[in-house]
Amino acid sequence: MRFMYIVTSPHRTPPTPAFMEAVGKLADREIKAGRMIDNGGLMPLSTGARVQIKDGQLSVVDGPFIEAKEVIGGYAIFELSDKDEAMAMAKEFMQLHKDYMPGWEGTCELRAFASPAH
Amino acid sequence: MPSAARTAADAHRAILAIWRIEQPRLITSLARMLRDVPLAEELTQEALLAALEQWPQGVPEKPGAWLMTTARRRAVDHLRRGRMLERKHELVALDLEQQQQAMPDFDSALDDDIGDEMLRLIFTACHPRLPREARTALALRMICGLTTDEIARAFLLPDATIAQRIVRAKRTLSDSGLAYETPRGEELSQRLSSVLEVVYLIFNEGYTAARGEDWLRPQLCNEALRMGRVLTAIAPHEPEAHGLLALMELNASRTVARTDATGEPILLLDQNRALWDRFQIRRGLQALDLARKLGGAGGFYVLQAAIIACHALAPAAVDTDWARIAALYAELAAVMPSPIVELNRAVAVGMAEGPEAGLSIVDRLVGEPALKTYHLLPGVRGDLLQKLGRHEEARAAFEAAAALAGNKRDQELMKRRAAAAVKEQ
Repeated sequence: MRFMYIVTSPHRTPPTPAFMEAVGKLADREIKAGRMIDNGGLMPLSTGARVQIKDGQLSVVDGPFIEAKEVIGGYAIFELSDKDEAMAMAKEFMQLHKDYMPGWEGTCELRAFASPAH
Repeated sequence: MPSAARTAADAHRAILAIWRIEQPRLITSLARMLRDVPLAEELTQEALLAALEQWPQGVPEKPGAWLMTTARRRAVDHLRRGRMLERKHELVALDLEQQQQAMPDFDSALDDDIGDEMLRLIFTACHPRLPREARTALALRMICGLTTDEIARAFLLPDATIAQRIVRAKRTLSDSGLAYETPRGEELSQRLSSVLEVVYLIFNEGYTAARGEDWLRPQLCNEALRMGRVLTAIAPHEPEAHGLLALMELNASRTVARTDATGEPILLLDQNRALWDRFQIRRGLQALDLARKLGGAGGFYVLQAAIIACHALAPAAVDTDWARIAALYAELAAVMPSPIVELNRAVAVGMAEGPEAGLSIVDRLVGEPALKTYHLLPGVRGDLLQKLGRHEEARAAFEAAAALAGNKRDQELMKRRAAAAVKEQ
């Protein structure tokens, strides 16, 4: 099963070097274990934009978005046996936040990819 | 299921999931301490048993570190128990114990560079000295962290059979002094073929399985893919490792399209290509590209991957580059001469140059002893004859194919084609 992990957080401070190092090691391990297929961190909101449709109107809004409470910081794609494995992986990943960025709060959402129906 | 039982089953599954993630690292770490892979595997199993016993009361915050500590403690105990050991070893044990007391050593779990040890683990599990089925079981157990029961289910065999294979294989390794060695350089390339063979075997076992009543059979494909990725990550200069990964990714990309809603197989050319997994195709093509850049264009797995890539790259069945496929089959036949490869080449030539050209290859194969009971030989022959308008001969060929077909589905398909040939007359 393929899973996408999306990390969101209200914190906008960049991650600490120690955290980045720990995550780098985990990523290296998971690539070598053949489970992590892809991952990436995202640049701050101020560099992004939103193209949206509202009241039938298409509009473009440049970042930063004042009203945004949660920011997507990054994603990863894993190939795993089942949801249990996906949960174990997410917990280990989030534990690193707890260990290396005390006070940080956020969410790691995991979603299975839909497989096409006949 | 009563809810208490369900909770227990959930906990069990969650523990096994953590186990699959952590297990290779535990074995490699213990193998380094003990200089014995089979023994390391045994002691990590004890750590799993301890987890299954204790975690239902609550999974520790850092389950990986817990398992590592428990497993290392077992290894230290083992080293200590060996009273016959040299004093040097006792010192090692003492040293380890002190080290362990100085723990929590939670982060070192991440610090280990497991590449080299992992390679050793894989090469030990897939040692050419072991019978093929033992290598397969050992690889699934030691590299993928499947339990004996899971492996047995995946191969539709009794637990005891798999357990026995594993015990015997480990004994063979220990008795032959193969418990801890890493092939290097020249030897690595030679030994790699034994590893790739096991991985491919596991993949095919899952791939040829019908849609799973049991998730474990299709799961074999995923485990094989995962091992393929492990190999390309830790042995990145081996073109055939990339070739095998490419072959598996490209084949697996068609999984959803291979059967209809009722489970009936759909042949490659009839498949709905919109259902092919683009993400996986891209990865397969990348691996193929890398294999070629490493100079492996003519390798056994690379050539097979290149053939599948021709299909993956064709937007529709009619766009298939059959001339290229025919040429690749010719190259493959040179690497590994086989009448089955030749039969496949005949199909491609038939598509590229016309049925006459294909038929002349097939007719040369008719007396081939290896294909005497292979239903696809008359099957392919019938198809080519039919295209040439030689319906009576086609009917006879399809009937011969139906008589040889091993399963009902193939039998019926061939009978249908024989009946269609009669109508054309």
